[in-house]
Amino acid sequence: MDFVLFFITAAVALIGAIAMLVARNAVHSALFLLLNFAAIAVLFLLLQSPFLFAIQLTVYAGAIMVLFLFVVMLLGAERVEDTPDRIAWQRPLAVALGVALVAVAVAGVLRGVWEAPPGGEAAAAFGDPAHLGALLLTNYLLPFQVTGIILLIAVVGVAVLNQRGRAAPAARRAPTGE
Amino acid sequence: MVPTSYYIILSAALFAIGVLGVLIRRNALVVFMSVELMLNAANLVLVAFARERLSIDGQVLVFFVITVAAAEVAVGLALLVAIFRTKHTADVDEVSTLRG
Repeated sequence: MDFVLFFITAAVALIGAIAMLVARNAVHSALFLLLNFAAIAVLFLLLQSPFLFAIQLTVYAGAIMVLFLFVVMLLGAERVEDTPDRIAWQRPLAVALGVALVAVAVAGVLRGVWEAPPGGEAAAAFGDPAHLGALLLTNYLLPFQVTGIILLIAVVGVAVLNQRGRAAPAARRAPTGE
Repeated sequence: MVPTSYYIILSAALFAIGVLGVLIRRNALVVFMSVELMLNAANLVLVAFARERLSIDGQVLVFFVITVAAAEVAVGLALLVAIFRTKHTADVDEVSTLRG
């Protein structure tokens, strides 16, 4: 049962990723990436992490992808690649290097010694969201608070980057050659 | 129980697809999505190893990665909007100079 679920979900994840790569329209890319994120969320559930499953769906599939779709549609940047590629010769090189990367990673996996994951009582209790939450507020309290500061700085940074205040008219007056 | 090596191979494939997206695509937004895909591949392998070792610290690390990724997406998209406002394009080849 586990294997069936894994292979179906892995196939969905790979199809979503490849479709994101080849889709011409950026909106389609975003939606295929959403499919990939959902598949990875299911894989998290298979790996006994229900908390990360929920986080993946709400933060990634919810917030981040909505932001992506919003910006793609706001900018009207769905099809910026209709112009001819000036460095088209790099494309086969990129594909070759990507295949080499997979080959190296798979070779590394095959060289490793893999025992069966442990089972029993410890495995049954593993991945409890309450345990993870307790850990966040004890052992990982400082990193947890730092992430709060990071999010605050990100919010302030976004506001500064997109302000239309005093700085913007001066920049617009400067000769830009357009 | 699915062996950890299966997850690692899947994660490697997803990561390579993300790398390809960064190398091949010219739409800055799709390049950014590929970066997110790579982050997710790394998250997947972290969770797989957390299961392998029965150590929940891997899941805590993934939680932090997701938080930082959220902040990164917000700032990155704000940068893209700012670039689009001055250059009127989202093609990464068009913004290859550091001049504004």
